[in-house]
Amino acid sequence: MLNQYPAWKYLLLIVVLGVSTLYALPNLYGEDPAVQVSSSRNTAVDISTQEKVRKLLQDADVPFNSILLADEQILVRFTNTDAQLTAKDVVKEGLGRGYVVALNLAPRTPDWLRAMNAAPMYLGLDLRGGVHFLMEVDVDAAVHQAEERYISDFRGLLRENKVRYVKIGRYVGKDGDSSVEVKFRSAEARDEAERLLEKEYPDLSIDDEDREDGFFMLARLEEKEKRETRKLALKQNITTLRNRVNELGVAEPVIQQQGDDRIVVQLPGVQDTARAKEILGATATLEFRLTDETHDAEEAARTGRIPAGLKLYPKREGGHALLKNRVMLTGDYIIDASSGLDQQSGGSAVYITLDGKGAGIFSKVTGENVKKLMSVVFIERKTETRIVDGVPVKTRRIIEEVINTARIQEQLSKRFQITGLDSTKEAHNLALLLRAGALAAPIEIVEERTIGPSLGQDNIDQGFASVVIGFVLVLVFMAVWYRGFGLVANMALAFNLVVIIAVLSMLQATLTLPGIAGIVLTVGMAVDANVLIFERIREELRNGISPQAAINSGYAKALSTIADANITTLIAALVLFGFGTGPIKGFAITLSIGIITSMFTAIVGTRAVVNLVYGNRRVEKLSI
Amino acid sequence: MQLFKKPTTFDFMSKRTMAVTFSALLILISIGSLATRGLNFGLDFTGGTLIELGYSHPVDLTIVRSTLETSGFPEAVAQHFGTSKDILIRIAPQEGKSNADISTTVMSALRSVEEDEVEMRRVEFVGPQVGEELTNDGGLAMIYALIGILIYVGFRFEYRFAIGSVAALVHDVVITLGVFSLFQLSFDLTVLAALLAVIGYSLNDTIVVFDRIRENFRKMRKGTSVDIVNASLNQTLSRTMMTSVTTLLVLVALFVVGGELIHGFATALIIGVVVGTYSSIYVASASALGLGISKEDLMPVEKEGDDLEHIP
Repeated sequence: MLNQYPAWKYLLLIVVLGVSTLYALPNLYGEDPAVQVSSSRNTAVDISTQEKVRKLLQDADVPFNSILLADEQILVRFTNTDAQLTAKDVVKEGLGRGYVVALNLAPRTPDWLRAMNAAPMYLGLDLRGGVHFLMEVDVDAAVHQAEERYISDFRGLLRENKVRYVKIGRYVGKDGDSSVEVKFRSAEARDEAERLLEKEYPDLSIDDEDREDGFFMLARLEEKEKRETRKLALKQNITTLRNRVNELGVAEPVIQQQGDDRIVVQLPGVQDTARAKEILGATATLEFRLTDETHDAEEAARTGRIPAGLKLYPKREGGHALLKNRVMLTGDYIIDASSGLDQQSGGSAVYITLDGKGAGIFSKVTGENVKKLMSVVFIERKTETRIVDGVPVKTRRIIEEVINTARIQEQLSKRFQITGLDSTKEAHNLALLLRAGALAAPIEIVEERTIGPSLGQDNIDQGFASVVIGFVLVLVFMAVWYRGFGLVANMALAFNLVVIIAVLSMLQATLTLPGIAGIVLTVGMAVDANVLIFERIREELRNGISPQAAINSGYAKALSTIADANITTLIAALVLFGFGTGPIKGFAITLSIGIITSMFTAIVGTRAVVNLVYGNRRVEKLSI
Repeated sequence: MQLFKKPTTFDFMSKRTMAVTFSALLILISIGSLATRGLNFGLDFTGGTLIELGYSHPVDLTIVRSTLETSGFPEAVAQHFGTSKDILIRIAPQEGKSNADISTTVMSALRSVEEDEVEMRRVEFVGPQVGEELTNDGGLAMIYALIGILIYVGFRFEYRFAIGSVAALVHDVVITLGVFSLFQLSFDLTVLAALLAVIGYSLNDTIVVFDRIRENFRKMRKGTSVDIVNASLNQTLSRTMMTSVTTLLVLVALFVVGGELIHGFATALIIGVVVGTYSSIYVASASALGLGISKEDLMPVEKEGDDLEHIP
């Protein structure tokens, strides 16, 4: 019989419609202002933490709706943002460090929906407000640093074994290939050194070079090792950035690698971008070195003649200091740091805790050097890209300064304090940076997109308004133009919208403003399939074919056209997805989903309704 | 309701010389404008800094400008954005200074002269290296989309149709770009996305027409190629119009209420849809005819659509 659908097709449609409605539903419930507590490190968030948070809020008289522990996170919901803000401060203060306390918006999805893993669409930063950073990691600087470390190691090794050398330094060839260069007075000394170094560092490739002014040895990092170093630097930077973001207290941050040397950082809801930039981009770390007391540092600064084995540093308060080349300890061993006030001077201080290995090293070197002067060097590395003559040029800058010099009174170990910082804010920031770990290579922000909360809300409102208005216009137009069949197409269009939202929610794809534009465009274009079918039916009717046959051949003949037309649009959308970044991807996603779902709703969906209305009976006239 | 009560019999193809001349003229103007005036590339491609600020009362731009000047940004461009309470500041990338801190400096300078709250609405900073990449990626995306489509249409139809459809696409893209260049509308990433959507849309239209041409070549036993193309265009005319209207309806909604950020996107698509509708009638079919498409080319083709047609 003509125009009858088998039962399974109706069943399929009902199932799709039902499932889609369920998964689209969470988007209707809205959000509660909430505070989210999670652990930043070594601390566990459990039922006792939850009770602690509850007690803190009750003691401070902050009203809250609910408190829930799930996935090692505590979520406290509030009725208004005032309570939320007060609560954040109270909880942060009360729990102390070790916990990330962040503001968040918690979807009000009811439990029965959540049990099915249904969740609202994930809103992009342009809709919810927040910061998007694209950071470029200067991975070559990590190689550079590795070479610097070799220089320091070589120096120690050669000295220990009493091999005499003239000079040791980093050498960059014309092709940009770098190596560590050691100059010797005799070939024997060089051979001796090579034997030592080859045994100690089998990974390095070591070459000889005889020049007019002496005997040289060049040690190179293998390309493979350089690659490893770069990769490791990027990985370590991601870890460090994650720690820092935790310190900032951001809910649902995104920290992802992009390409070989870039990191995307997205901080929803963050307003203070200046602080975010300052903390994320900072490369500050510390080094501890012995201070030379036999030479005059100012004289060395004036004449430029630096005694062997020493390095000249500027002091933060002015003047210079000569420090030993050998580093006693680097910031890498610091596991905890907090800022406070120095009891004696009243100035700001940073209290440092070292890990076991660092404590061992530090107690050994300080024990050997009691009564000697030790300096704390503050190091910051910066990479900037400037435009010089129209081309971007990368410049690297290292700020190294002595912030504090003090006599070692006794053997130091796991815990100690340093002073000499300008302000409590600086002490606070330095403590934060030391806690979070140093960046293995400097980073530079190459792209920033920040959307304030009011603009985010405006974008949602305007986006929603355009979907609704566009949708209504099309509905009215279709109903006027195709009457009965128009209404059927409208049902399919509404169905399509529900399916798109459901798919976006299920995939937890990010909805952006261009994404909404994609939905709007889909609404306009989705009716195309129906227009094609309906025009075909009209044509067949005009040719004098019976209504039932017209419906059948209208659908059949339009099908391959619809498929061809949609597949080509899909090609364009996929290319857009492949090449697009951020918001553009959002457009490509909604457009692609919309094209696919619209084919289903416009062909199978409308046919089902049409068959239900006209199928299996005598029809004189179609409402088209 | 019906747009055309009776089947139409417009003789589109008799006017194709005129249409081709008209299109050629539009393309020439577009290329001329692109060559001389170029595109007004937005921040995404040029790099630089953009700051949108919201004040609680109407702001005097002269004060803003002088503050910018004294704080070291004499080249910054400040203008009202949407309302007199909102301002938009653009700072082009400059020799020697281009980094993410500019926005912070500018905002603190403007906040210091203003007693009331100045609200940060949006900050965008694109470094020079990123801008260049986006430009390259954008161009590549366009080329890949065109190649992908060429292959698909060539595979599904015939190479002459493929060339005809790509000619129509290039036509649409060039003219849309031309309008953006002529009126110096800001060309940013969303406009690029819109252009790719235009490609998708225009192609959609073209495919529908070609599909009908192919069908008619197989079905209609008499008539010249021109007659068949004409008949096909007439048969698909009301569908072409309908879809353009519904698409334009939603685009106008987007243009009017979608907000400033989506303006360029909506503009590009509106131009693209109008041009695309015209081109699928004239450019695509005229080029296919011009390349000598004939009955013999299509008759022996095995029915690719066959397997699809069994699906109800």
